[in-house]
Amino acid sequence: MMNHQNLIPQLYRQEYSKMVSVLCSRFGIDQIDAAEDIVSETFLSAAETWGLKGVPDNPVAWLYKVARNNTINGLKHDRVFRQRVMGELVHQSPPAVEPELDLSPQNITDSQLQMLFAVCHPSIPVEAQVSLALRVLCGFSIDEIAQALLTTKANINKRLYRAKERLRSENIPLTLPDNTALSARLDTVLITLYLLFNEGYYSASPDNILRKDFCLEAMRLVYFLTEYLDKTRASTARPDVYALLALMCFQASRFNARISPCGDLVLYEQQDSSLWDMELINRGNGFFVQASADGNLSRYHLEAAIAWWHTHQDSYAEKWENILRLYNQLLILQYSPMAALNRAYAFSRVYGKEKAIREAESLNLAGNLFYHSLLGDLYTGSDDIQAGHHLEKALGLSGTPAERALLSTRLDALNTIKK
Amino acid sequence: MKEFALIFRVSSNGAADLSPAEMQQRMTAWMNWMGGIAARDRLVNGGNRLGVKGSKWVGQDKMVSDGPYTEIKEFINGYIIVKGESVDEAVEIAKDCPILMGGAGKVEVRPLVTPDNNE
Repeated sequence: MMNHQNLIPQLYRQEYSKMVSVLCSRFGIDQIDAAEDIVSETFLSAAETWGLKGVPDNPVAWLYKVARNNTINGLKHDRVFRQRVMGELVHQSPPAVEPELDLSPQNITDSQLQMLFAVCHPSIPVEAQVSLALRVLCGFSIDEIAQALLTTKANINKRLYRAKERLRSENIPLTLPDNTALSARLDTVLITLYLLFNEGYYSASPDNILRKDFCLEAMRLVYFLTEYLDKTRASTARPDVYALLALMCFQASRFNARISPCGDLVLYEQQDSSLWDMELINRGNGFFVQASADGNLSRYHLEAAIAWWHTHQDSYAEKWENILRLYNQLLILQYSPMAALNRAYAFSRVYGKEKAIREAESLNLAGNLFYHSLLGDLYTGSDDIQAGHHLEKALGLSGTPAERALLSTRLDALNTIKK
Repeated sequence: MKEFALIFRVSSNGAADLSPAEMQQRMTAWMNWMGGIAARDRLVNGGNRLGVKGSKWVGQDKMVSDGPYTEIKEFINGYIIVKGESVDEAVEIAKDCPILMGGAGKVEVRPLVTPDNNE
């Protein structure tokens, strides 16, 4: 029997999204606040009741039953809700007494898919999309979201409010996009899920477990998408969805090795590869094969390929030549400062630090923490004074204790050499 | 920022027999050069290489000849579009073009004509 302490938070993560999605599917996306209230009340009841009377044999069924009852009660107490829903019911013939709430697995899946597309809608600002996805699709609390995104609860609430306002004002429908719209809408969904994953992976929040959960949730949602695409046989047209999933698997496989026991960042070269999750790597390989594109490589394909090379820690010439080639292609497809910096690093691994300095400096990214950190690394050994300048610059720009610790160590090492 | 076309010209007999290794090197040099431009966020359009086989040119009186047009012992091999603050910036980019390796070709730099810049 699961520990009661963990059961409710776990169920909350699993079921919050499902219940809110079904309710919105039934009563409209503009009722999202009411839907969230109903589900929150349901979990409150669970916390109170199970504490006193013990956990029921089928906790999920219990939750769904209570959610159904709370919906009916909501009708009785919330005037707006009631007018809207009763108005509907009255027009049904014969008039229904109670609203039907379809909590079958099929409807839950369909509702969640609809919610996914509604949340990841291009007319909602991207930041707001990510916060709303974390709340409504993944069941994270406002506290957890604020903590991981290193911002305040007030900010998160503002983003959620804005997102919901857009849902209402733009009349974003809770339906799955038709075939013509699907491709474009899918692009938006993938970007949001990619960002969601990155929030977990790169977050500077000290809560490691929470950040890992963000990554796993992003992966779950992409996987969810592939199941839908497989069913509608649209997956052959979108191999990049599998590429994104492969990318996430490869990155996530190193999660446990990235942070030392005392919370320090461990750079890739120094990681203990025995801590890498081989199962995730294998799953990633499987998805990567399924992503075999016929011609056009998406940015996710390129990034997944780069990530694949990183699942091999041994350094041999072929590895970095390939990574450099892939970064060339990625940047030609789409520029990003991080890709540019990573390319310069790969360049240094192929052609040596001194040649790479020219590439790195031409990037013109002064003021970027990683730019100065990279140059600090590249100058070390050939011009330690310049290296020191850049590392100090980086130190001044770093925002987290983990980053600062890493940079200080490198500066100390430099200064030791000087002596 | 302004946009410039970098047009690549090679001489018809400049395509020296390159060994596979040299060809690979040349390809890598091109990819690195273009990747470098993209890394600096100066690449607007990766452009195209222009084919030789199956090309024609149409002259006066609609006369058709086998292409490419090589009256000046050079023909256009391809192009990319870059951006920069001035033509000098574009020229600096062009100076690193691998087509200049081993006397194989030239790079012509032309500003793109826009409504407010059509000299």
